[in-house]
Amino acid sequence: MAVNIKSMKREDFKDNEYIDALVEELNATGANVAVGKLDQLINWGISNSLWPLCFGTSCCAIEFMCLGAARYDMARFGFEVARNSPRQADYIMVQGTIVHKMAPALVRLYEQLAEPKYVIACGGCAVSGGPFKKSYCVVDGVDKIIPVDVYIPGCPPRPEAMFYGLMQLQRKIKVQKFFGGVNRQQKIQDFFRQHPEDAGEY
Amino acid sequence: MNVKETISRICPSVSFEEGECLLVVVPETDWYPLAKQLKENPDLDFDVLSAVVGMDWKDSLGVVYYLTSTSHNWEMISVKVAVTDRENPMIHSVSDLWKVANFQEREVFDFYGIKFINHPDMRRMFLRNDWKGFPLRKDYDANPALNPIPVDDEKHEDETVKYVEDADGNVKEVRGKVFEENDYVVNIGPQHPSTHGVMRFRASLDGEVIKKVDVVSGYIHRGIEKLCESLGYPQILHFTDRMDYMSAHQNRHCLCMCIEKAMGIVVPERAQVIRTMMDELMRISSHLLSFGCTAMDLGATTAFFYGFREREMVLDIFEKTCGARMSMNYNVIGGVMADLHPDFVKDVKALIEIMPERLKEYHTVFTGNIIAQNRLKGVGMLSKEDAINYDITGPSGRGSNWSNDCRKKHPYAAYDRVEFDEVLETGCDSFARYMVRMREIEQSCRILAQLVDNIPEGDIRAQVPKVVKLPAGHWYAQVEASRGTFGVYIESDGSKNPYRVHFQSPCFNLIGVMDLTCTGHMIADLITIGAALDFVIPDIDR
Repeated sequence: MAVNIKSMKREDFKDNEYIDALVEELNATGANVAVGKLDQLINWGISNSLWPLCFGTSCCAIEFMCLGAARYDMARFGFEVARNSPRQADYIMVQGTIVHKMAPALVRLYEQLAEPKYVIACGGCAVSGGPFKKSYCVVDGVDKIIPVDVYIPGCPPRPEAMFYGLMQLQRKIKVQKFFGGVNRQQKIQDFFRQHPEDAGEY
Repeated sequence: MNVKETISRICPSVSFEEGECLLVVVPETDWYPLAKQLKENPDLDFDVLSAVVGMDWKDSLGVVYYLTSTSHNWEMISVKVAVTDRENPMIHSVSDLWKVANFQEREVFDFYGIKFINHPDMRRMFLRNDWKGFPLRKDYDANPALNPIPVDDEKHEDETVKYVEDADGNVKEVRGKVFEENDYVVNIGPQHPSTHGVMRFRASLDGEVIKKVDVVSGYIHRGIEKLCESLGYPQILHFTDRMDYMSAHQNRHCLCMCIEKAMGIVVPERAQVIRTMMDELMRISSHLLSFGCTAMDLGATTAFFYGFREREMVLDIFEKTCGARMSMNYNVIGGVMADLHPDFVKDVKALIEIMPERLKEYHTVFTGNIIAQNRLKGVGMLSKEDAINYDITGPSGRGSNWSNDCRKKHPYAAYDRVEFDEVLETGCDSFARYMVRMREIEQSCRILAQLVDNIPEGDIRAQVPKVVKLPAGHWYAQVEASRGTFGVYIESDGSKNPYRVHFQSPCFNLIGVMDLTCTGHMIADLITIGAALDFVIPDIDR
């Protein structure tokens, strides 16, 4: 099993190592033929209809609006159904700085997303705190409070960079194990083992 | 009559300091009576409170007020009020004279812990109410263990406090609630697609009609003003691009202007013209986005695509010259970062050629629509008096027929040599504000058309010393940003870092009128009123 998408060639991407590692991990545990095929089908569906949650706090959100407009047109990839409720969305693309006052709201939105759910940290602020890293009330990187799948650097990232990040998420979804897999559950548990203060009901 | 003489006659205890504008130093006990005179005495008539800057001078805490008189040729004075008590600093509130002071004073309380006597609602503005310490004080303990990342919601957000002074001068703490006990309160935000960012409103309703709107701000408060104090002047420039990202050029222009004024740098003509053109391009892009978002908030998704189509043309111009679509980081101290791209003139001409036709198209697609008309006309009324009292500048204030364009009142850069009209509408409603924006696009094109063939040759920036140091003192500069008058206050102690930087953002005043404009309207109108006021949240929270 490998990531094989007709319109996204392997050589078009720069960082293939972690995808290879995921594939290797997947192959090592072995998959039942029937379940494996079902997995592929479901992953094909999920990865081609990723619905984002409208979650923009600052400049990156405006570039994300450009993604939705005619020139960049994210509908080509199946991202266009931006949802306002986390119950209907597949992933949060954190666009902008997260400050102390916003942190509990972001964590709650993440918890409200239905599984399988993904997080993209978009822009310098969401990745690491960006230019506001040293501030008294800025969360330096959303990965301090929720697990992140894809990081998109930039201030703000160009729409092309956002597409690159979103396509990386699609590739990542292609190699996830939907049935019997522990990928996501494992990841969440690992995360809360590292951050016991956020564990709550887990 | 001379302002200085009048003030010293009214209040003999004041002292004066000469600077770029008159600075009046007044003892706290005489501040409120003087403020009343400044506002109401026809010889003074300072009807606009332009800026409220909290200060920590180490031995004392205080506030610097900037006042403008619209009737006396937009003359500006500043007033300094200081108290030495650091444990329990108290200053009389002027929020009953200038309504804009309501939120401004809450900001000062949030940052410096100065309590304002007789202020109606002394809550924190940006930080959570369980925040320990006052971050902009010079002795603030920034230990992250004191204020860890919170995991649960704010408690007791309904509770408010007042400091009321009785006839004998004793100040008493009075606790109260924001809403009444039986109020039906609807929460909107912070994650809501139509609040234009992470703004939060709590609206109490009577059926579907709004009784009161409580604005909860601070969900993107990044502490830019404090960050500035630990950085050098060239290093703080980039923050302005990230406050109101739809006025990035104008904001940065203002900060550069303030630093240039302090250092006495003369900006070359070519840079002045380039700055003016960039400011106007930014205004076009901002108003196009505003058009698109207003339409989208009303459910007209198609209009959004039209607005963004032309906006991409502006972004292309920025990208070629500045190297980025947003957060351009183009203005620098003394001029601009890079020279114009060879295609600049051609691209700008192409833009101003198509815009009139495209504007007509927008009006066909959206403005004339019966739904748009019904939802914008007669909604969100803001009288001229209120606009002045709440200091609503920019297109929103001009929609209430208040002539306040900074480009006309205090011309800067190349605005004194171009012809353009200040757009005014008399409707005072959401539709008037929307129309001001659409007509301002035409005026911006007109300015661009006059300048595009007349960009002077020469340097793009002046010689600036490697280490930028300002002499001791304080300065205030204003520009007309896309959403109103943007001000920068810098106080320097002569070192290479600023002692205090304050950004007076136009959007902060806009949220101040949400309660006034929404009360009595339907809950659904809150969204359109917000869209027509067109605030940008990171500019409010800074």
